[in-house]
Amino acid sequence: MPSQNVRVHVYGWLLLMPAAILLIAFTHFPTVATLVQSLFTTGTATRPAAFVGAENYQIMLEDDVFWQVVQNNIWYAVGTIPVSIAIAILMAVWVNARLPARGLVRMAYFTPTVLPMIAVANIWLFFYTPDIGLIDQVVSLFGGGSHNWLGDPDTVLGCIIVITIWKEAGFFMIFYLAALQSLPPELEEAAHLEGASRWYYFRRVTFPLLMPTTLFVLINAVINSFKLVDQLFILTKGGPDNASSLLLYYIYEVAFSFFDEAYAATLTVVLLAVLAVISVGQFLLLDKRIHYR
Amino acid sequence: MSTIELKAVKKSWGNTLALKDVSFIAPEGDFLVLLGPSGCGKSTTLRLIAGLETVTAGRILIAGEDVTAKSPSERHISMVFQSYALFPHLNVAENIAFGLKVRKVPVDERKTRLGRVAELVGLAGLMDRKPAQLSGGQRQRVALARAIVAENHICLMDEPLSNLDAQLRHEMRVEIRDLQKRLGMTVVYVTHDQTEAMSMADKVILMRDGKIEQEGTPDELYSTPATTFVARFIGNPPMNVLTLTDGPDGGVLEGAESYLSWKQCGAGQVIGVRPEDIDVSETGVPAELISADYLGADSIVTARMGSQSVVVRMPGRFQVRDGERVNLKWSNEATHIFDAKTGHRVEP
Repeated sequence: MPSQNVRVHVYGWLLLMPAAILLIAFTHFPTVATLVQSLFTTGTATRPAAFVGAENYQIMLEDDVFWQVVQNNIWYAVGTIPVSIAIAILMAVWVNARLPARGLVRMAYFTPTVLPMIAVANIWLFFYTPDIGLIDQVVSLFGGGSHNWLGDPDTVLGCIIVITIWKEAGFFMIFYLAALQSLPPELEEAAHLEGASRWYYFRRVTFPLLMPTTLFVLINAVINSFKLVDQLFILTKGGPDNASSLLLYYIYEVAFSFFDEAYAATLTVVLLAVLAVISVGQFLLLDKRIHYR
Repeated sequence: MSTIELKAVKKSWGNTLALKDVSFIAPEGDFLVLLGPSGCGKSTTLRLIAGLETVTAGRILIAGEDVTAKSPSERHISMVFQSYALFPHLNVAENIAFGLKVRKVPVDERKTRLGRVAELVGLAGLMDRKPAQLSGGQRQRVALARAIVAENHICLMDEPLSNLDAQLRHEMRVEIRDLQKRLGMTVVYVTHDQTEAMSMADKVILMRDGKIEQEGTPDELYSTPATTFVARFIGNPPMNVLTLTDGPDGGVLEGAESYLSWKQCGAGQVIGVRPEDIDVSETGVPAELISADYLGADSIVTARMGSQSVVVRMPGRFQVRDGERVNLKWSNEATHIFDAKTGHRVEP
């Protein structure tokens, strides 16, 4: 019955429509539009946009700031991801154990995630402020001198990294905690009876069984590391001398401070490509080595 | 030496007393079954022996040595869990050899022992599979193999067959018993299934509400139950328990006063009769037949004697016509007398 077949199809498309409209309007169309825009010059009232092919990409490759930002972003990812995952696992194992007031401890670890990034940045701004900031006050107790943590190109990226770890570890902890609670307790008992130490059990059983969670967290962490802008607004505005500027912040600057839309589109395409390559790579590489139940 | 001894063991969680003063000895090489309904404390007892829980009071001795304060691994015991507790990311061989690797047994020895055990439980050829790729019975065998490969003399089993279907359960029962005898292990086996207890045990400990109700061979529990609880827990269908009242020559059945009587008995007592000990005969207590469940080799017939209902096991297929009346009879030896209030056996 073709008429019924058609109705089923219409019904299916109607169900898909709300999500599809949102995705197309706010994800797919902008992506394609960005790609197209990156092949044109930035149009002005007197001079319409002209097709220039890969010229924007050529400019990008010769842009020193771009390379500096990419380098910053790599250091930022390398500095935040492994540490925040390690801390997340450690905290999850810790609050998964039977300890007094563990509800309170879990909440405490999760608080940084709940706080708005802007508020967090302001708190840390106080910590990092030279002379009167918390860090300098503590340092001065031990006879150290004052230091402009956010004003020094050598320390500014490190400062941003520390904030991100502080913020993200608690978030990732929730996923690890959920995964840990789904592990049957008999596994640990069985291992314990065989004489396995807690570390051995963690290394040989818990950690491998947490791998699906780790993959999920890893992808999230990588994407987050390229998405960061909020605290840069409050803390450094990418400075000094672009020492703390990251890719997305640079795109923002190019687009909305320098109003070079074409170049911003070019940078965005590169950012999307990098993210796509990383996630595909992670799935292909790690998926084979992960045990899913 | 692998005797297990519990001396006045108590276990409580907060204000709830899970085990109240449990003492018993599992002699070396014995197959001891802890039997009882859910929540009777049998699994708790097993976990205390394993050291997975700590006792609140009392002592646990293994091979004459006090292990009450020792960690599970220092007790040198193996355990089979109800859920099998196999490591899902390790294959069969790695699962079985897990403990050997932990204890740093040399690779060569590990291999020989693994091969031997795999042969013993019939897992050869499946060594590279992950637990998810195995059937329930095969997982059970992996759990058994992991327990055996340690070559401990004591093995604890916590309802190991409860996740298997009836056919497989029967096979595994025979296999586990056979393995235990061949390896000379002392096994403490927890179950709520009286068939498992009856068919496997050297000794059964029947527990109820954190206490031992009766301890003995399967035959002792079946033929001389110490309480009405034991009488009704062991045997399928359970023993009939009938209320007595005072008659002219001793106790008579309430609701059927003019028939059988038991001397030196009377009100305040109950008698127990197993369904398989009751016969239809010319004489005896008149009864009205109500229904029959045909099981193949025999039929379970429900009847009413006066005001009380009884269950009778009849050989072959037994047809019940509506309202049919028969006489039921059983011997004096088949009659068990209990105190109605305490439920304890009254020796005639």
